[in-house]
Amino acid sequence: MTIKALVLRCAGTNCNGETTWALEKAGARVEEVHINALLKGEKKVSDFQLMVIPGGFSFGDDVASGKVLANKLLYGLRESLDAFVSAKKPLIGICNGFQVLVKCGLLPGLDGWDKDLSVTLTDNDSGKFECRWTFMKTASKKSIFTKGLPDVFPLPVAHGEGKFLPSSDKVLKTLERNGQVVFRYVDPQGRKAGFPWNPNGSTADIAGIVNAAGNVLGMMPHPERYAFPHQHPHWTRLKPLPENGVGLQVFKNAVRYAAQVN
Amino acid sequence: MSAAVLDRFLVLSPEGLLAVSKERGLSLSTEEMKVVQDHFRSRNRPPTECELETLAQTWSEHCKHKTFRAAVDHVEKDELGLERRREYKDLLKETIVKATDDVKRDWCLSVFKDNAGIVSYDGKNALALKVETHNHPSALEPYGGAGTGLGGVIRDILGAGLGAKPVANTDVFCFGPVGDGPEFKTGSGLSTRRIFHGVVSGVRDYGNRMGIPTVSGAVFFDDDFRDNPLVYCGTLGLLPVDMIHKEVRKGDRVVMVGGRVGRDGIHGATFSSDNLTTGIPSSVVQIGNPIVEKKFMDAQLAARDLRLYRGVTDCGAGGLSSAVGEMGEETGVDIRLEKVPLKYQGLNPWEIWLSESQERMVLAVAPENLEKIIAFFAAEDVEASDIGEFSGTGRLVVRHRDEVLVDMEMAFLHGGCPKRRMPSYWTPPSVQPFPAPSKGRKGPDVVDALLGILSQPTVASKDWIVRQYDHEVQGRTVLKPFVGPKSIGPGDAAVMMLRPDSREGVALACGLNPHFSRWDTYWMAASVLDEAVRNLVAVGARPDRIAILDNFCAGDPTDPRLLGEVVRAAQACHDVARAYGTPFISGKDSFYNQFVDPKTGRKRAIPTSLLITAMSHVEDIGKLVTMDLKRAGHWLYVVGETRDELGGSRYGIWSSKGDAEARWGQVPHLNPNETWPLYEKLHEAMNQGLVAACHDCSDGGLGAALAEMSLAGGLGFHVELRKAPMSRDLKEEARTDKVLFSESNARFVVEVSPKSRRAFQALFAGHPVASVGQVREGAKLQVVDMKGNSISWSLPAVEKAWTGGMKV
Repeated sequence: MTIKALVLRCAGTNCNGETTWALEKAGARVEEVHINALLKGEKKVSDFQLMVIPGGFSFGDDVASGKVLANKLLYGLRESLDAFVSAKKPLIGICNGFQVLVKCGLLPGLDGWDKDLSVTLTDNDSGKFECRWTFMKTASKKSIFTKGLPDVFPLPVAHGEGKFLPSSDKVLKTLERNGQVVFRYVDPQGRKAGFPWNPNGSTADIAGIVNAAGNVLGMMPHPERYAFPHQHPHWTRLKPLPENGVGLQVFKNAVRYAAQVN
Repeated sequence: MSAAVLDRFLVLSPEGLLAVSKERGLSLSTEEMKVVQDHFRSRNRPPTECELETLAQTWSEHCKHKTFRAAVDHVEKDELGLERRREYKDLLKETIVKATDDVKRDWCLSVFKDNAGIVSYDGKNALALKVETHNHPSALEPYGGAGTGLGGVIRDILGAGLGAKPVANTDVFCFGPVGDGPEFKTGSGLSTRRIFHGVVSGVRDYGNRMGIPTVSGAVFFDDDFRDNPLVYCGTLGLLPVDMIHKEVRKGDRVVMVGGRVGRDGIHGATFSSDNLTTGIPSSVVQIGNPIVEKKFMDAQLAARDLRLYRGVTDCGAGGLSSAVGEMGEETGVDIRLEKVPLKYQGLNPWEIWLSESQERMVLAVAPENLEKIIAFFAAEDVEASDIGEFSGTGRLVVRHRDEVLVDMEMAFLHGGCPKRRMPSYWTPPSVQPFPAPSKGRKGPDVVDALLGILSQPTVASKDWIVRQYDHEVQGRTVLKPFVGPKSIGPGDAAVMMLRPDSREGVALACGLNPHFSRWDTYWMAASVLDEAVRNLVAVGARPDRIAILDNFCAGDPTDPRLLGEVVRAAQACHDVARAYGTPFISGKDSFYNQFVDPKTGRKRAIPTSLLITAMSHVEDIGKLVTMDLKRAGHWLYVVGETRDELGGSRYGIWSSKGDAEARWGQVPHLNPNETWPLYEKLHEAMNQGLVAACHDCSDGGLGAALAEMSLAGGLGFHVELRKAPMSRDLKEEARTDKVLFSESNARFVVEVSPKSRRAFQALFAGHPVASVGQVREGAKLQVVDMKGNSISWSLPAVEKAWTGGMKV
């Protein structure tokens, strides 16, 4: 079956185009849907098997990154999103989408839909926007999203507020114990490293997490910006050039998994 | 100000007319004011204040380009004192536009008439490119001025044809040396650091929020930009070829979409058509809000595809008065200002009419589509308002409720501005021979010189700025600003793939070097045009599909010496573009980049500056070439001849310790008929896969090009300087510093694998191309100098100089 994927759009969404490219390349049929269409009931989340909240500056990141869109989801779409997530359908938030999922409580999702923020994404330690490539270490092999990914692989980041900050050590330990940490920033050799490889000062180098149930993924790096081989920052040196960008695997995994649960 | 008439206007003396122009900040000359007076005399009534303001906006230097459209009497005196005269009836038409007419490229789809130049891309799609400046606002209020500068050029692209989707931004800045304290104070009272940081973050916050990658640019530091920084912002857009034309029909509704109107940005167009001085209210600068623009951009492009409107233009300088006046030129237009949504109450009608409040477009909508398009925009929370009608009367009529503020013939508004006749004069500066090099403490000075040049802020890495700009959003950027394994090497051009299912792409690059203008603006312009072109050639873009844009910035053009500089530069643009077959497709000029100190009367103008922005088609992105050294054992070639051309070079600045008055050596010249075959052959070599790396030689000459390739690739080299192709006098003089740092145009350093060597050499047989050495493993940059002595640099020292040179 062909998976129908919803790419959510609102004022300030920027990465919908490349997210659609990546999802289509991964085999999904994609519809970019404006938040207003969902809020008015013109479109339904339940008509889709996979959903992505792409990067950008939703509502200008006014108040705080992702906060306004998070509130729209929380107070306008809670029931349908709850049903989507409870049905174990895959939901991915990338960059600003990750910020949205954290601020609405779907991530880390320790109680399903968290009432209180137990983690946040805040200003980079460098104090400025950072657009650069770094490396991911796949921290959880069990996750549905990491199958077939290399142990260490490159992805770009582009954000000003990407520092992952848990509210306590206890929260961090819980996330690690649950296997909810899926990606960590590392250097090209896969070692723990400071700036610029950890581009924002994230605690424990955390770049991406899933919810306790494992079907909601949030990550600051952009897998959709490495779906095609020529998107690599020094592809002119890669011999032979790989057929696809590594980031595509994340979307392939999501599409394959969506086909299983639906 | 209101619909009130200027009672005595019809009987004012010429002096009285000029006084009215000055008092009201109209920036109109006595002659222009007289034309207005005559017009209203023939109508037997004085103008309303609003009519006068509308004329001032439409006839402003900013909107009308009166200098470039002027008749110019140009006189040049050469070194021997011989005078040459040339009369231009229309400077623009006889230089820049003429080059485009002469080269007759059928892939030019729309040039010099729309908000941007449009060329064909892949048969189904076209590309629109525009670069604007926002200099005056950025001097007063750097963050807002620079941000809205970018916002404005993005709207130019949204207003090109029926609107193009922005896919890349470029930014080029010129600043005074960055610092705080009294010696870094600028004319507006801000420190140079405030201006630098304000401009960089203003463009960052606007561009990043718009979701458009900033992929190409340059930053130039020079003390003459202290009071008048330059902020060039460019946008590239993609649109279907069947949407490159717009129309307006009688009876169409005038629909304004986007932001609301407030008191920000009143008199922006007229203020930027005059010298900067103190005491200008910052209300002339607009207040930007990128998310408002992002919202209507998404909705507008969707409405375009549904053909819900048939004409569009952006609301920029002059606000509604310019946008509506322009769109309704053929039909006439009837505007109801009370229907324009306001940010807050209390605006006077004339303020609504002239406000440059940002993030607005004006659409021409067929009456039957009106309800549909308003609902369409509303679905994405974008306000769209029906504010009038394209009337068919040929008149511009503006009302606010019962009051008529403007009632004028479009023909007078657009055709009435008298042509200027301007004197222009040029004489070459006296140039001294380049002095002999001094001995450094630890041997020859060239070792220190290269590190010194690499760490000059203009040459050094712009990493601190570039990484704050998202250059990968949209996922199209296949050649990024920085290349090589550590992503620290300065790429020559950025390349975007525009469709996921195609290997085609578009390359973007630029050229800029205002310092050369202190020698001769003719060779400045020739050099920057060549630089932009060779940057594209260096990555493998097609030489036969290069389209270029000119952006002139200069001081007061009524000064004949200054106009002489502009005329020479424009002439060079024509000569080189014609020889290269690279048409200009659009352009812009910004004059009066001059600060006048009201206390002392001291004037300080920028050096005449020309930014050339160039784009070209890429047939196969898989064949692109980057500048980082790839592999030890590969051969290094120099393509193009090095000549004794150190005038205006970075080495000259280093040697003279930044003395702005030093005129040492000849500025680089260019013989386009000799250099073009090299570009075609280099492209052929890249198509055949013979080139492993390629970098153009510009700032810092061969020495800097080799060092940059080395630090980019993390590899050393061994090069024998004497082997480089060079002019006979240079060879005989055997001065290492000259060969290493001359900035002769049309040169590249090329890396070739042993396997490709024979084919590469055969391709260039008979041309000034020579193998000069090899890539080596390790961290040593070794050069055998002109006397046969070995000199070297360590890679970490070179990298440190280059990456740490720009102080922020």
